[in-house]
Amino acid sequence: MYSCSDLKKGLKLLIDGEPHVIVQYDFTKPGKGQALYKCKLRNMITGALFDRTYRSGESFAPASLEERDMQYLYQDETGYVFMDQKTYEQVILSEATLGDEKYFLVDNMEVKILMYGDTGIGITLPNFVNLRVTQSDPWVKGDTAAGNNKPATVETGYTLQVPSFVEEGILIQIDTRTGEYVTRVKE
Amino acid sequence: MAQNWQLARKRPTLEKRARIVQAIRAFFVAHGFLEVESPQRIPANAPEPYIDAVPSADWFLQTSPELAMKRLLAAGYGNIFQISHCWRAGERGKQHLPEYTMLEWYRPDCDYRTMMDDCENLLNALAPASQLNYQGRTIDLTPPWPRMTVKEAFSDYTQTSLKEALAQDRFDEVISLEIEPKLPTDKPLFLLEYPVSQASLARVKPGDDSVAERFELYVGGIELANAFSELTDAEEQRCRFTIDEAARRFFGKTPYPTPEPFLNELSNLTSATGIALGIDRLIMLLTDCNDISETVAFTPEQL
Repeated sequence: MYSCSDLKKGLKLLIDGEPHVIVQYDFTKPGKGQALYKCKLRNMITGALFDRTYRSGESFAPASLEERDMQYLYQDETGYVFMDQKTYEQVILSEATLGDEKYFLVDNMEVKILMYGDTGIGITLPNFVNLRVTQSDPWVKGDTAAGNNKPATVETGYTLQVPSFVEEGILIQIDTRTGEYVTRVKE
Repeated sequence: MAQNWQLARKRPTLEKRARIVQAIRAFFVAHGFLEVESPQRIPANAPEPYIDAVPSADWFLQTSPELAMKRLLAAGYGNIFQISHCWRAGERGKQHLPEYTMLEWYRPDCDYRTMMDDCENLLNALAPASQLNYQGRTIDLTPPWPRMTVKEAFSDYTQTSLKEALAQDRFDEVISLEIEPKLPTDKPLFLLEYPVSQASLARVKPGDDSVAERFELYVGGIELANAFSELTDAEEQRCRFTIDEAARRFFGKTPYPTPEPFLNELSNLTSATGIALGIDRLIMLLTDCNDISETVAFTPEQL
């Protein structure tokens, strides 16, 4: 069982017998009062989103679902296609199921697909992915202050904040758990 | 290993933070306050039903320097302030860090109305042109700031009556989920006169024993500070500690020892007011950050 202190974004819980994932989480606590744990949950089968607030002392059953090692193949009009490399069985995940994680998929990437029966309902990506910057405004001469940042867009269409020295065409490492820039990749 | 850019990125905010903390010190020194330091590892905190201390060997890390500061007041130190780290177990969110920086200041022979003036003066000293631009909103800091009682907030902003909320143990929930989001943000706001059951270390209001002289200061929707007309009746304080400690044990929480030296010396204090203000949240407001993680170099997750 999980307690309130285990709640975080990405945690999978069983609610009313169905698997749910926390897609947004915040902790709040008024003055000297009771802690409240505000969650936005997604029903992993129906995709329905709803808000729920929990109080300390509540407990939760983990959604213990099977995760299978798969490889990302391609995207087509049916969705994002993954293949189990042992059984060659294919599973398709919709864009809605993937959410922002679609931005971190690269061809042949090895991922874990969360299964509910024969249906893929979630994905666990590697912690880091390398993606090429396709658009970013050029570095302004004289702008050398540490910590200066600017937006950049990578090959998958994802936009994030990067240091000012990052130019178009270079490869960067992104933390898939936070969506943040980590470092420039030397080629 | 490449430079840690997530750390380097915060430098402009942390430079502003350093200047703000220096300005806070200068403000209190200029207003005749003595800066004090008290140990951060202590045998006992004030027992609070919903605040959990971090154990440190057989003692605890402080959840607030309040007991030591009131002992100094009782020993005749006059106006005092302290900037120190405090620890509260399990508190982590967009406005919470389990280790954070607290500013506390105290004045003998005054009540919490003087604290409201201090808050107005401090923020005006820190924010140029008496205004703050926070998350796309302008907050006018020109004093006086509006004062609203908890009773008024319940009647204006929620269907739940104060009586119901207290009876059903939903007071905090209604304040946090129903009232706070609706509080006006064009100016800072003092929410005052808390029900006695929420009094903590505040004295009961003379002439109305249903409320305590406690206020919370909200700026831009953020709860920034909590102040009391300090309770100086040692017997009543002991009684409240006993009730709060019983509540802690009922919830199955770690029992706390009673802070005896504090209770023994409290009777030397006739009247006083004190306040605790979250420095990290103040930095959020003054640097326009919407997440407390942006105001410190290292969050627990980055260690």
